[in-house]
Amino acid sequence: MRKDYKLAKRKYVIGGFIVVIALIYLLRLFNLQVIDTKYKDSADSNAFLRKAIYPSRGIIYDRNGQLVVFNQSAYDVMLVPRDVEEFDTLDFCRTVSITPEELRKRFEEMRDKRLNPGYSSYSPQRLLSHLSPENYGRLQEKLYRFPGFFVQKRILRQYSRPVAANVLGNIREVSQKDIENDDYYSPGDYTGDLGVEKSFEPFLRGRKGQEIFIRAASGRIQGRYEDGAHDLPAVSGKNLKLSIDIDLQQYAESLMVNKKGAVVAIEPSTGEILCLVSSPTYDPNLLVGRERGKNYARLVNDLDRPLYDRAIMAGYPPGSTFKPTQGLILLQEGIVGLGTAYPCYHGYINGGLRVGCHGHASPIALKPALQTSCNAYFCWGFKNMVDKRSKYGTSAKAFEVWKNHLVSMGYGYPLGIDLPGEKRGFLPNAKFYDKRYGEGHWSANTIISVSIGQGEVLATPLQIANLCATVANRGWFITPHIVKEIEDTVIDSDYTTKRYPTIDRAHYIPVAEGMRMAVTGGTCRAANLPDIEVAGKTGTAQNPHGRDHSAFMGFAPFDNPKIAVAVYVENAGFGATFGVPIGSLVIEKYLKGSISSARKGMEERMLNSNTIQYSGTKKH
Amino acid sequence: MLLVIGGVFCIYSASYDFDHASIFSFSEFSGKQIRWIVLSMALGLVLLLIDARIFETYAYPAYIAMLLLLAVTIVIAPDIKGSRSWLVLGPMSLQPAEFAKCTTALALAKLFSGYNFQLNASRNNYFKALAIIFIPVLLILAQKETGSALTYMALFFVLYREGMSGLVLLAALCAVVFFVVAVKFSAPLFLGIPVGQAVVFSIIMVLMVLMVGGYSRRPVEARYLFFWFAGTSVLASVLTLCGVAVPGYVFFLGVILVCCGYCVFVRFHTAARRMGLVIATVIASLVFVFSIDFAFNKVLQPHQQMRIKVALGIEEDLRGAGYNVNQSKIAIGSGGMFGKGFLNGTQTKLKYVPEQHTDFIFCTIGEEQGFVGATAVLLLFLALILRVISIAERQQSVFVRVYGYCVASYFIFHLAINIGMVIGLCPVIGIPLPFFSYGGSSLWGFTFLLFILLRLDAARKS
Repeated sequence: MRKDYKLAKRKYVIGGFIVVIALIYLLRLFNLQVIDTKYKDSADSNAFLRKAIYPSRGIIYDRNGQLVVFNQSAYDVMLVPRDVEEFDTLDFCRTVSITPEELRKRFEEMRDKRLNPGYSSYSPQRLLSHLSPENYGRLQEKLYRFPGFFVQKRILRQYSRPVAANVLGNIREVSQKDIENDDYYSPGDYTGDLGVEKSFEPFLRGRKGQEIFIRAASGRIQGRYEDGAHDLPAVSGKNLKLSIDIDLQQYAESLMVNKKGAVVAIEPSTGEILCLVSSPTYDPNLLVGRERGKNYARLVNDLDRPLYDRAIMAGYPPGSTFKPTQGLILLQEGIVGLGTAYPCYHGYINGGLRVGCHGHASPIALKPALQTSCNAYFCWGFKNMVDKRSKYGTSAKAFEVWKNHLVSMGYGYPLGIDLPGEKRGFLPNAKFYDKRYGEGHWSANTIISVSIGQGEVLATPLQIANLCATVANRGWFITPHIVKEIEDTVIDSDYTTKRYPTIDRAHYIPVAEGMRMAVTGGTCRAANLPDIEVAGKTGTAQNPHGRDHSAFMGFAPFDNPKIAVAVYVENAGFGATFGVPIGSLVIEKYLKGSISSARKGMEERMLNSNTIQYSGTKKH
Repeated sequence: MLLVIGGVFCIYSASYDFDHASIFSFSEFSGKQIRWIVLSMALGLVLLLIDARIFETYAYPAYIAMLLLLAVTIVIAPDIKGSRSWLVLGPMSLQPAEFAKCTTALALAKLFSGYNFQLNASRNNYFKALAIIFIPVLLILAQKETGSALTYMALFFVLYREGMSGLVLLAALCAVVFFVVAVKFSAPLFLGIPVGQAVVFSIIMVLMVLMVGGYSRRPVEARYLFFWFAGTSVLASVLTLCGVAVPGYVFFLGVILVCCGYCVFVRFHTAARRMGLVIATVIASLVFVFSIDFAFNKVLQPHQQMRIKVALGIEEDLRGAGYNVNQSKIAIGSGGMFGKGFLNGTQTKLKYVPEQHTDFIFCTIGEEQGFVGATAVLLLFLALILRVISIAERQQSVFVRVYGYCVASYFIFHLAINIGMVIGLCPVIGIPLPFFSYGGSSLWGFTFLLFILLRLDAARKS
């Protein structure tokens, strides 16, 4: 037997060859199986079909347990693109009542990665949303003809009455930004937009459930993954009980028809908002379902800005409704006593300056000044305080003291209502005037108009109502809020804690009495109800937008207040012409349940009058 | 001796166990496969009882009989998925091509064991060896079983072991490299020609320098060549950077042909005879490079082109040609380190991977047993192959040695191609993974191969 030793060495070449190959394969396997995770994800989306189960959204009741917002089933047509086979397009279109063009457009939109970044041919995609029940019924019967399609039940909101849109808000499909900001959302989910729906989204939405199905390569569902061991049931959203009295809300909204402005009513003892009207408003049903997009665009572009919640966003000059705060500050700072009287000869005349006033007795003390809404009294008081160098050193320091009192009463900063988008109004500080006039170059007379709620001072109707509630409580308030109860949850302690302004409670008593006198024999006589003791204060705010704004704030009953209301009607003239009637009707409606026949005429006039014609369309 | 048999048996049965396990997930196949396994065990026992000399004696008759069977198959076999390779015998169907591997190996071994047969002794010997290999290949190609036919290419390892010049393997390697480079980078342009070709030209230059350095008597000649290549390349690069358009073909071909001229000069000047080989290599390489495009686009069928493109990562046809490989990678990749556990593979169980019980069986192992299991299988095969090589090497009989190498070569080829395609490194060629893939013919074929080797090895001392 011959043996060629040189050739025998070639076994190493052959052996080496297969060893090298095996090593390469091992590295590749290691890379595929251990390092690279992308294949695991692909495997998951291959084999698992995750279907979301949408929980029912929390239901919203009013303070008396009346149903306000509830759920309605809607059906979305979904499909898993890779499972879709050729189907009879015409038949499909007829079944769901759309045109073939619309269908084609929807398919294009669905596949467009820009419009639908979550697109994947393996995962369920939404083709049509909000199918009507008839269409749903027809489609359900024919579904077997359209492989890859399925119907997903969704929740739509329904409103028992077409009111309180600004309070309730609505729901919309989540945007890409929502999805990025919150892991909970996936494309096609709904989230609250505006109002309570937005601020209480985490409570209302509940928790989505999930069913995991196993899907074979053929696309057929093989059953539940591990018999549903990993499925999650959906958890319903929490129900809310609003502090709103939906009857009162509806009534106040009807009074505000064809007017621009806001009505805010608060239960003083709890800070609960009884009604929060912004006008013009809109029907919340407009923002439900398939028409939402179109209607939303229309509302956004409406020059009267119905989406703008004037009650908590608009900064108005408070006008004479501001005077009680002035009385309180003057008393607190010891600038005036209850007996201190200032002269008023048809106005405040000082240093070449004249602030007009109307005819009444002179000189005048605090309570009658509130009763008659005397400008001169508060101008004198303001001047005596701000220019009192002996006490404060400079006008700027005095002004800061003045301002801080107002901040403690809720002005100048958002009160912290549980609705999104509350604005702060505006309260100037000393620096503001230093900047405008130069440090030391201004004094009380320079800025005298702030003392009567004009000038730079701006307040939201909510802040005005809150002041009224504070006076009603004689010296404290609870942050106004709209949600009274959350199912199984304790509401934020911010909404149950009393806040005390930096004014002694004793000083509120004469101010309240002054406001009572304004009703019994002053500017708000129209609010003098025969069997309810109302206290109030009018406001007539000059503004650069035409006719004066008409304002009113009032509370009742005088000794055990149940309601404090602020009314603000843009360009409606004197406070007494619109503010007082509307405010008193709201008070009467809330406390009595109906309007007495003697006041029906007034009610009629308010319901039918139109002041919106005096308002230009302008920015606030 | 017993130890050897035991060792091989161990590997064999270990492979079996896995086989058993994976196959179990496909209930309708598992039963059949167990029957095949039992039958092949019996077959193995029978083979072990047969006198060892019979294999040598009847090598040629068996070979010829098998050729006839292959030829008959072409005519009478029904068309299954486009190929006519299955013989239907009552309840079972057999693939003669699988068994032909065994007879071809025996015939080749018989040829080499002829008295004083040396491969390099005459061209005639080469011709005989190649004929033994290529006759069944042609018949199998006629059955449209390209994958099985390619398996026989593995027998070049045997020829190499028995004296064929290593240059042939090297040339094959070069051809593969050239092909892969030229096809993969055929699109982007460099100096007006595809980058792939430019790279191949550069490789040819390097090869020339190395070969001249190896064959020339004076190292200075290789150095001259090196400087010539380096110099011209730098010049071309500088010109390109300066914005002068250097025509790529003129540059590369010019430079290379000038060198060939130089080699001719050296050949006659110093009588270095091997220079002719250098020139031949260069010319052959150039011809090969220019024919790649033609071969790829005209000779190969579209689905084959596509498979190659997918393997080279040029195209990702996830719905068509790339679907198999992509799904198979997903299945294996999702297995992770330790796998999802027996029968828990979602991808394979839900039939995302096509042909997963036959050619893509490795996916099941990868997904359910994870990296650990896949590695174990790979290493078992590696051990089996190395063991077969070592058995072959310790034989005194040339017949057994050659036969042993044939067996090893088949395993090498099957392992490399099958696992390679499953993990996306090779184009998809439909050949099974020995012992694992479902299919009686393949199982029996490998049983024959392995047990005949065991029987022959057992007869070594007697």
